[in-house]
Amino acid sequence: MSGKRKMFFYGGIIGLIGAILMKLGNPGNMGLCIACFWRDIAGALGLHRAEVVQYIRPEIIGIIFGAFGISYVTGEFKAKGGSSPIVRFILGFFLMIGALVFLGCPLRMILRLANGDLNALIGLAGYVTGIFIGVQFLKKGYTLGRSIEQTNISKYIFPIFALVLLIFLIIKPSFILFSTEGPGSMGAPVIISLILGAVVGVALQRSRICTAGGFRDAILIKDTHFLWGILGIFVFALAGNLVLNFSKFNLGFVDQPIAHNDFIWNFLGMTLVGLCSILLGGCPIRQTILASQGDTDAAITVFGLIIGAAFAHNFGLAASANGVPQNGKIAVIIGILFALSLAYGVISSSKKNSNKEGVKNA
Amino acid sequence: MPNIIDARGRSCPEPVIMTKNALDSNPNTSLKVLVDTNVAVENIKRFASSKGYNVRVNKNNDEFQIQISK
Repeated sequence: MSGKRKMFFYGGIIGLIGAILMKLGNPGNMGLCIACFWRDIAGALGLHRAEVVQYIRPEIIGIIFGAFGISYVTGEFKAKGGSSPIVRFILGFFLMIGALVFLGCPLRMILRLANGDLNALIGLAGYVTGIFIGVQFLKKGYTLGRSIEQTNISKYIFPIFALVLLIFLIIKPSFILFSTEGPGSMGAPVIISLILGAVVGVALQRSRICTAGGFRDAILIKDTHFLWGILGIFVFALAGNLVLNFSKFNLGFVDQPIAHNDFIWNFLGMTLVGLCSILLGGCPIRQTILASQGDTDAAITVFGLIIGAAFAHNFGLAASANGVPQNGKIAVIIGILFALSLAYGVISSSKKNSNKEGVKNA
Repeated sequence: MPNIIDARGRSCPEPVIMTKNALDSNPNTSLKVLVDTNVAVENIKRFASSKGYNVRVNKNNDEFQIQISK
């Protein structure tokens, strides 16, 4: 099977599972959403008190176990880290703010589009714009520095975190919060979510699909390899929805589930997500997969996502079907300005050090 | 003597950008790229092959040497 066909197939598995999980009870157009699911987990842990979005999403646990298991088998499970962790944390934080203003990570954006929600097209335009801006920084030498081998035990922290979440999900201690209404109360059966999550984790780890990487490589090195994965997600989710969720298929901008049609903020929210994803080296899905295979920098990024989600609800930044609150708009602008200044700062400081690195004669 | 690019510890897509920059500035050169992840190997292999270069990969413990030549 050629590389592109393989990507399309792997993406197809993910898209199809997105449609299946929606059919089995996940919220509308949210068969899979890395941002929403981490946000629900932040709520379940009591880090925010938005009562309608609190649930330990089994899909996330499955994805982590799937990626951990397969990388363990293939020998890719390695402790790495030390490449600007605090910068990654903050970028993860702002990425989540952008995602919760748009209402979805790039994966949900594709799944929304695959069920007729055209607001996701506006989001996609914003996402690609953010990626395009990020690529300009990459071309000028943007880097977060080298990672180095970490103490071996550190690679187990993130999978253990997933295990703890699983224990909380099963024994439901009183300090873990579960929504009784709203999106957080809607979910496919736990066992099925776990298993399908694990399949997604394996597919993502093996394929290395990254929604940001797909567009980035197309712009930066004219390579469409990963775009085929994204196309696979879309095509199979669309086919899956037309078969499984036909009564919910709704082509248009209005009355879309867990979405608003404020064009400007759908666009700018995803611009922030695209920019942060490029500066981080990967979208939220990719960060979650890398964290599961021992990359402690990615794990820090995921914790940034979780804390970002908590603040998004505590400070009233997150959008809802009613639209984007004033605070959310301000936060997106601050996020974009922050990311731009950070990238500019990195380039300025790395130019000073450029004599120490790069091509050397052997 | 080939040029050496040390892209170990660099996160995606930096190893590819470093390779691309080196090949752009001197298309007929031979390059040796050092990386430490499978993903970087796959990405550089795909990139250099698509540009018509020969690519050979040697694994050395946890590190990889990618030889790129015309």
